[in-house]
Amino acid sequence: MNEQEYYIPSGTYWPIIGSVGIATLFVGFANQMHGASWGGSIMVFGFAILVFMMFGWFGQVVKESTSGKYNSQVDRSFRWGMSWFIFSEVMFFAAFFGALFYARQLSVPWLGGADNNVFTPELWDGFSATWQQIAFNTPGATLQSGTAVSVPTQLVDVWGLPALNTALLLLSGVTLTFAHHALRADHRNKIIGWLVATIVLGVLFLGFQIAEYGHAYHDGLKLTSGIYGSTFYMLTGFHGFHVTVGVIMLTVILYRVQKGHFSADNHFGFEGVAWYWHFVDVVWLGLFIFVYWL
Amino acid sequence: MTTVTDHTDDGHHGPEKGLMRWIKTTNHKDIGSLYLWFAFVMLLIGGAMAMVIRMELFQPGMQLSEPQFFNQMTTMHGLIMVFGAVMPAFVGLGNWLIPMMIGAPDMALPRMNNWSFWILPFAGGILLSTFFMEGGAPAFGWTFYAPLSTTFAPDSTDFFIFAVHLLGFSSIMGAINIIATVLNMRAPEMKLMDMPLFVWTWLITSFLLIGAMPVLAGAVTMMLTDRNFGTAFFDATGGGDPVLFQHIFWFFGHPEVYIMILPAFGVVSHIIPTFARKPLFGYSSMVYASASIAFLSYIVWGHHMFSTGMPVAGELYFMYATMLIAVPTGVKVFNWVSTMWRGSMTFETPMLWAISFVFLFTIGGFSGLMLGIVPADIQYQDTYFVVAHFHYVLVTGALWAIIAATFYWLPKWTGKMYNETLAKVHFWWAVISVNVLFFPQHFLGLAGMPRRIPDYSLQFADFNMISSIGGFAFGASFILFTYILIDCIRNGKPADARPWEGAKGLEWTLEPKAQYHSFNIPPTKVLIEQESQNS
Repeated sequence: MNEQEYYIPSGTYWPIIGSVGIATLFVGFANQMHGASWGGSIMVFGFAILVFMMFGWFGQVVKESTSGKYNSQVDRSFRWGMSWFIFSEVMFFAAFFGALFYARQLSVPWLGGADNNVFTPELWDGFSATWQQIAFNTPGATLQSGTAVSVPTQLVDVWGLPALNTALLLLSGVTLTFAHHALRADHRNKIIGWLVATIVLGVLFLGFQIAEYGHAYHDGLKLTSGIYGSTFYMLTGFHGFHVTVGVIMLTVILYRVQKGHFSADNHFGFEGVAWYWHFVDVVWLGLFIFVYWL
Repeated sequence: MTTVTDHTDDGHHGPEKGLMRWIKTTNHKDIGSLYLWFAFVMLLIGGAMAMVIRMELFQPGMQLSEPQFFNQMTTMHGLIMVFGAVMPAFVGLGNWLIPMMIGAPDMALPRMNNWSFWILPFAGGILLSTFFMEGGAPAFGWTFYAPLSTTFAPDSTDFFIFAVHLLGFSSIMGAINIIATVLNMRAPEMKLMDMPLFVWTWLITSFLLIGAMPVLAGAVTMMLTDRNFGTAFFDATGGGDPVLFQHIFWFFGHPEVYIMILPAFGVVSHIIPTFARKPLFGYSSMVYASASIAFLSYIVWGHHMFSTGMPVAGELYFMYATMLIAVPTGVKVFNWVSTMWRGSMTFETPMLWAISFVFLFTIGGFSGLMLGIVPADIQYQDTYFVVAHFHYVLVTGALWAIIAATFYWLPKWTGKMYNETLAKVHFWWAVISVNVLFFPQHFLGLAGMPRRIPDYSLQFADFNMISSIGGFAFGASFILFTYILIDCIRNGKPADARPWEGAKGLEWTLEPKAQYHSFNIPPTKVLIEQESQNS
């Protein structure tokens, strides 16, 4: 098609379907939390609408793309869109990292009597202001929400599964780059091989992460283990969710490679997912250093 | 030269017929109108809540509402005005104007544009539905500080949290779209420093949105898990800290303030040169000042927390950093005034709103400077002085610019002219009543009247009554505003393509009622330079 033409897509119902889906999901979720027996099913129904919307919307875009309707300007718009979407995700994680740093460097030491808070140790009998052991010496403590604090018996072992997972995820970044090089050289079989390797590494990562959660949970480290448990599970949990989404996206890309959707010089779908995967990688490095290691 | 084709499936150049036009639309003008009407409805709902507040405060003693209901009113008034009225109104203006101003046919990502609007009614619906739930709507103030919003809040708070999530999705998608549009859809011959200031300020605002809204999403997510899943982010019993909530909230909240005012700066920078019939004074310094304000807005959040408790070094840092913002803001005010200096001024309605914006926003800016001084803030914090301050910047600042923009571009949107006489009556009615409404609140605050309290002691009675009378008059002015708008759309006289004598900008080169797809052929270099503000 003529590179000089503007492209304006036709109207669709997918956005309004998406709005209905996500609103249904949230309303169901809120009611589920408030003990309504039907909340869960409404939530699942909303999620199903969302999945339907994504299949339909992305499917339409893929169809329009492969039929050659898009020009290089549309491609650039997608690139700007994806990169700033990833930046917004970075800022979402930044909120949780910020909470982690604040608790570690400021609020926990203050509770332990640092700076001008010398009187607090008297207020908190047996309270330990050491980061990971924050909940160790508070048996019987109850949160303001009424939940009992879960007391862990052991620290998380950083050089076990977490280190292995770091290696797996870094390696997956390398295999994905190999897949990209293969795509640019138009070697279909190599692309598929490296993509499959990336997906396998991602799935392995998720499997080990579940095992790691099992260990931690068994040792008493829970969401309810004070601020350490909160930041640990929220950060790794959101990361794990993003890895799951990444694996699904990579699988879709694998399918699209087999369908022959991408050419050596026109494959934004692949690149967008690759950016996302590298972003998930970098977040993990932050997690490994600040949540597990230091 | 480039060619034109329209790729809508039906091959027609016009809009679809009926309701489905609005649901399926990918057109920036349709979506802009949807945003603007949504914002207008929300403005009326939020305004009705303000009327309840002013009625309750008309006299000392409890008049017509329970304290809990009064708190729901102040909370929801703030949330609806910020997230439902001002922000969507500016996104609506951005949608309508940016493609026309940069010589583009539409936004870069039109389907996502549709979604970012169509999430809003659902978010607004969920937010308003909390009124009908057990325990009522959120009553912890629009800043929803923990533990008021975690430990001590009704179940409806979880619905509020999800509404905020949805509003956040909408804003982030809107911001991504504007960045992609400005950077990728701009006419090939238009350099960055040829861009009109409204486009510049919206581009900068988009970066603020993308940086700040996800942090708000993080904050409400932590609230959600603290409330329902036993985490301890804001709970000192588990090693967390309620003050952490304030840090995260204001890391979002301060950029949010500039999200609501930077596009207003852009609007005023269009209107004043037009009616002064002079080029904008200091175009490039306006651009750099906007960028500086945006950068500074990320590093001053602590000035909302001076009395919360913070190391002295932190208070001093946040105080000095806050003072710094006065420099680029001063540059802007100086440039607006210099643009008018020795201009051939006329005072059509948009100009009246713009000049009063400069005057009244500056009052709000100065009271902000006072609040930024730590020792003074300890006296002023949580009093009506703060209420007066942020209403001067948000009502006579942000809302004033939205109304100014409405009158200025209404001829381009509708192809018709509004009734100038009625519009001037409306302006003077609004500008007098808004000052009767908010100016006495400075005195109330300095005398020590706390905000968010339905009752007060007797020495505050007179100023409160004056303020309430001003409030009712200001509220009533919107009836006239609505009439002027509908009268223009229905019976307005046909307008010229360039209805304002001194107006510059690519949008005025379009037909009197701008065509459905603004520019199917990019404007030429000559035309762009002729219409540039930077000349």
